[in-house]
Amino acid sequence: MKVRDIQAEFSLEVAAGSSGLDREIAGGDCGDLLSDVMANSRAGDLWLTIQSHQNIMAVAVLKDLAAIILVNGHRPDDITVAKAEQEGIPILLSPTSSYQLAGGLFRAGIMQKEE
Amino acid sequence: MKHFRGDLHIHTCLSPCAELEMSPLRIVKESLAKGLDFIAICDHNSAENAGAAVRAGAMLGIHVLPGLEINSIEEIHTLAIFDSEKQALSMQDIVYTHLHGTNRPDIFGEQVVVNEINEVEYFNERMLIASTQLGVDSIVREVHRLGGIAIASHVDRPSYSIISQLGFIPHDLELDAVELSCMTNKESFAGGSGMLKELPIIKSSDAHSPDDIGRCCTSFFIKVPCIDEIRMALGGKFGRRMVN
Repeated sequence: MKVRDIQAEFSLEVAAGSSGLDREIAGGDCGDLLSDVMANSRAGDLWLTIQSHQNIMAVAVLKDLAAIILVNGHRPDDITVAKAEQEGIPILLSPTSSYQLAGGLFRAGIMQKEE
Repeated sequence: MKHFRGDLHIHTCLSPCAELEMSPLRIVKESLAKGLDFIAICDHNSAENAGAAVRAGAMLGIHVLPGLEINSIEEIHTLAIFDSEKQALSMQDIVYTHLHGTNRPDIFGEQVVVNEINEVEYFNERMLIASTQLGVDSIVREVHRLGGIAIASHVDRPSYSIISQLGFIPHDLELDAVELSCMTNKESFAGGSGMLKELPIIKSSDAHSPDDIGRCCTSFFIKVPCIDEIRMALGGKFGRRMVN
């Protein structure tokens, strides 16, 4: 499943990085502590977070994430948007919580692959 | 008492997110040009450029306090400011023991160690932007044990501040002050000020580029710009005080 499919299925607003919408999704991670996401996320993950500052893009690039979904109505800073455009990593926006959205993503067939 | 204008939160080019122009010498020159009387150098999780800034300041006539901006396990930034480079480097030892990973300059930026005459010494290879494994409580404790002051960074900001990360300031955390960024002031931060309790409030620039230096600062009425005097001013004791 591609980022684009999830964006359409869950009616997520594309805030930036639309050039990366055709990336294949491997799994997902939820977390608002960047250090935890750096330690535990895997390449191709969707990352659900409330953090909107520019360092989320550094983490996404470092871990080769498929996309970032800002939950609970959070919106990215301008500089975060610029970096997402530059890196081609989509930032999608959801009004719902990480819990609710992650449940939906599991139902849609996005499972965290076992090691 | 004399009036000293202090900017207690300036990053050098050792911080990956700061501009490369921010050499210790350049910062000292810019601080003098801005009319500051003393500054503190607080790079992310490191004091490796602080000594050079102290020496550059001594050459050109501005007092420089060496410090660090330490990132806790909760991703809370705390300023740790000292009188001597030796104290700052002792704090750095503790930080480095609890800091893991290697910097990726292509992603986070270069971390340049520069001496007081503007020569590049080497590149720091640690991931200075990362969080340490130290809780904010133990950071404050260690800073005090080494004789420094601990100030919660930019508590009005939506990231890396104690209020953004915890939602409150623990009553038993012995902070010496909290810092507001240039973007707000005590009055407009009134909404969040219930959380500031009785803590002294300073303002500093969190400068990452030369233009930022001294954009906001704090006025101290003290005898000399040293940690003991600053501590008394923060507490409003023995005739010392501060205004921002």
